[in-house]
Amino acid sequence: MTDSTANLAAKLEERFSNELIHCIIDRDQVTAVLAADDLLSVCNVLRDDEQFAFTQLSDLCGVDYSTYGQVDWSTQETSSTGFSRGRQENDQENSHNTNERFAVVYHLLSINHNIRLRLRCYVTDEYPRLASVSGIWSSADWFEREAFDLFGILFEGHPDLRRILTDYGFIGHPFRKDFPLEGNVEVRYDPDKKRVVYEPVTITNRVLVPRVIRDDNRFASPAEEQNDA
Amino acid sequence: MPEIRNMTMNFGPQHPAAHGVLRLVLEMDGEVIERADPHIGLLHRGTEKLAESKPFNQSIGYMDRLDYVSMMCNEHAYVMAIEKLLGVTPPLRAQYIRVMFDEITRVLNHLMWLGTHGLDVGAMTMFLYCFREREDLMDCYEAVSGTRMHATYYRPGGVYRDLPSMMPKYEASKWHKQEEVDRLNENRQGSLLDYIASFTDRFPGCIDEYETLLTDNRIWKQRTVGIGVVSPERALQLGFTGPMLRGSGIEWDLRKKQPYEVYDKMDFDIPVGTNGDCYDRYLVRVEEMRQSNRIIKQCVDWLRQNTGPVMIDDHKLVPPRREEMKEDMESLIHHFKLFTEGYCVPEGEYYSAIEHPKGEFGIYLISDGANKPYRLKVRAPGFAHLSSMNEMVKGHMLSDVVAVIGTQDIVFGEIDR
Repeated sequence: MTDSTANLAAKLEERFSNELIHCIIDRDQVTAVLAADDLLSVCNVLRDDEQFAFTQLSDLCGVDYSTYGQVDWSTQETSSTGFSRGRQENDQENSHNTNERFAVVYHLLSINHNIRLRLRCYVTDEYPRLASVSGIWSSADWFEREAFDLFGILFEGHPDLRRILTDYGFIGHPFRKDFPLEGNVEVRYDPDKKRVVYEPVTITNRVLVPRVIRDDNRFASPAEEQNDA
Repeated sequence: MPEIRNMTMNFGPQHPAAHGVLRLVLEMDGEVIERADPHIGLLHRGTEKLAESKPFNQSIGYMDRLDYVSMMCNEHAYVMAIEKLLGVTPPLRAQYIRVMFDEITRVLNHLMWLGTHGLDVGAMTMFLYCFREREDLMDCYEAVSGTRMHATYYRPGGVYRDLPSMMPKYEASKWHKQEEVDRLNENRQGSLLDYIASFTDRFPGCIDEYETLLTDNRIWKQRTVGIGVVSPERALQLGFTGPMLRGSGIEWDLRKKQPYEVYDKMDFDIPVGTNGDCYDRYLVRVEEMRQSNRIIKQCVDWLRQNTGPVMIDDHKLVPPRREEMKEDMESLIHHFKLFTEGYCVPEGEYYSAIEHPKGEFGIYLISDGANKPYRLKVRAPGFAHLSSMNEMVKGHMLSDVVAVIGTQDIVFGEIDR
C-alpha cells in the first residue's frame, strides 16, 4: 500500500497543482485539502479520470474544529492548589492551523486501483455552506443530510436537505462542540394534557474523566514526520 | 371524472417486518410503490458525541451496541483505528483470535439475517433452525467474554484474555433431567477450541438443511427472484458494500483486497452474484457462511498449535494484572493512571475499515492528542444501503418492501447510531 499512496499523492499534486491546498500522507493514508470553490470540479475529475477512478464515496462527515487541541483540565503545571482548571487558549501551532471552524471530510474509494483518498474542505464559520456532491455520488444524499442535521452545514444543490437523525422539530445542531452533551430538552408523557410534552433538561452531566493532552515522548517521532510532510 | 390521487401510507415504526424502528412513508398507486421515504433516527443515541466525552477505552462497549447482531466486528474497527493511531500491533495470537471471532460474528449475523428474512417472507421454520445454531455461537461469546452479546472483548493492543481451557456446562435441574443435560454437555467436555471445532464440523450440514428449505423453494423464489435488482454501476454509486455489492456482481471484499490482521494467511473464496436481486444476495450470504466456517477451522488449527501472549506488554496502554497491582508500586501507578485518565493518543486521523458482515464498517477517528477522541465518525454500511430504499422498491408491490428490507440486512443500532 505504501507505494500506491505515494503514487496517488504524486498524481494528485500533478493533476491538481492549482486546486490542492496541501496533500499529506499520514499513517499510509492520503489526505488532500481543497478550497470549497474547487470541490465540484475536482470531484468530477476524481470520479471520471481513469488514473483516479474513485467510483465510490464511502463516507462523508462534518467536523467541528472549534475546540481542537483545548483541554478541560490543564496538567502542564501544578501549583499548591492542585491542577489549574479551565480552558486553554487555542494553540495555533498544532497541525490543524486554520481559522475556519467547520470542515467536511470525504472518504473516497477506488475499486479499480484499490486505494482510498480523504478530501477535506474547510467552510466558514458564520453560515457554513458547501456545494453538494450528491450529483456526483448518489450515496452523498443521506450523508449530506446527516452533516446538515448534526452540524448545520448547508449543501447547495442538494435535492432534499432535511433533518435525518434528530427528532421532528428539533432545534440546534447537536454535534457542534457548543451543544451540550445532555441536550436542551427532554420529553415525557403528560397525563393531564394527554400528550407528550417537551421540557428543559433536568439531568446534569458529570465529567468523570478530565480531558488532558500530554507531551508523550513515545509518540514524538510520528508527530514530527507529520509536520515535515 | 373522479380525481385519482396516490395514497400515502405509513409503514412502521412499530412493525415486525421493519426490523426495529424504521418508519417508511410510502406513496402508493394502488398496491404499487411510487416513492418510499424512510424516516430514521428513532434509535439515535448520539454514540459519536458520547465517545467524544469519554476516554478511548470506555467507548468500546458502545461499539457493541451499534450493530447489535455483529458485536465484535464493530469493536474491531474501533480498536484497529486506535491501534493505528498509537502505532501498535497486537500479538499474532490475538490477531488469530480476532479473525476467528470476526468470522464467528459473521456467521451469527448471517444466521440472524437468514432467520428474520425468512420469517418476513413467510418461512417460519428458518427462524427456529437459525436460532438453534446461533445459540451455540453465543455460548462461544459467553465463554470468552462472560456475556452473550455485548462482549467488549477486543482491546487496543490485543484481546481481553486468552481463550478458556474449559467450556461452561449445563447442570441438571427441575426442568432438565440428567440424561438431557449429559446430551447437551457432550461437546462441552474439552476447551473452547474443541467446542468451536465440533461446531465447524457440524455446521456445513446445518447450512445444507437451510438450503433444502429455501434454495429451491417455489414460494421463496417467487418472493425474491427479480426483486430489488441493482446494477453494478448503481451499486457503486449508492455506496453499497459487502454482500449487497457482491450480489450485484462486483468482486470486492476488504478481507482479500485490503487484508487486515491475518486474513492474508487465510484460504477462502469470495462468492459473487450475477443478477443483483434479493435471491442472489441470499445465495451470496449463504455461501459466505460456508467460507466463514472454513476460516474458523483454519484459525482453530493454528490456535491449537501456537501459544503466546494475547495482549501487548505495554502498561501505558494495557492494565497490569491484578496480582501485580497489589504488590508492585509501578503497576499500581499504571493501573491508577489508566483507569482515571486513560492514555493519550497522538495527534492525527485514521479511517479504519473492516469487512463487517453487512458491508464496509468504517471508523474515522480524529485525535488532537488528548485522552478522548476529538471526533469519531461511524461509517455504517446499513446507512448507505437504506438510503437506496426509494430506488430499490420503486415499481414493486407493498409486500416486496418487506423482502427488500430483509435483503438489505437492516439493523437500526448502526444506522441511527
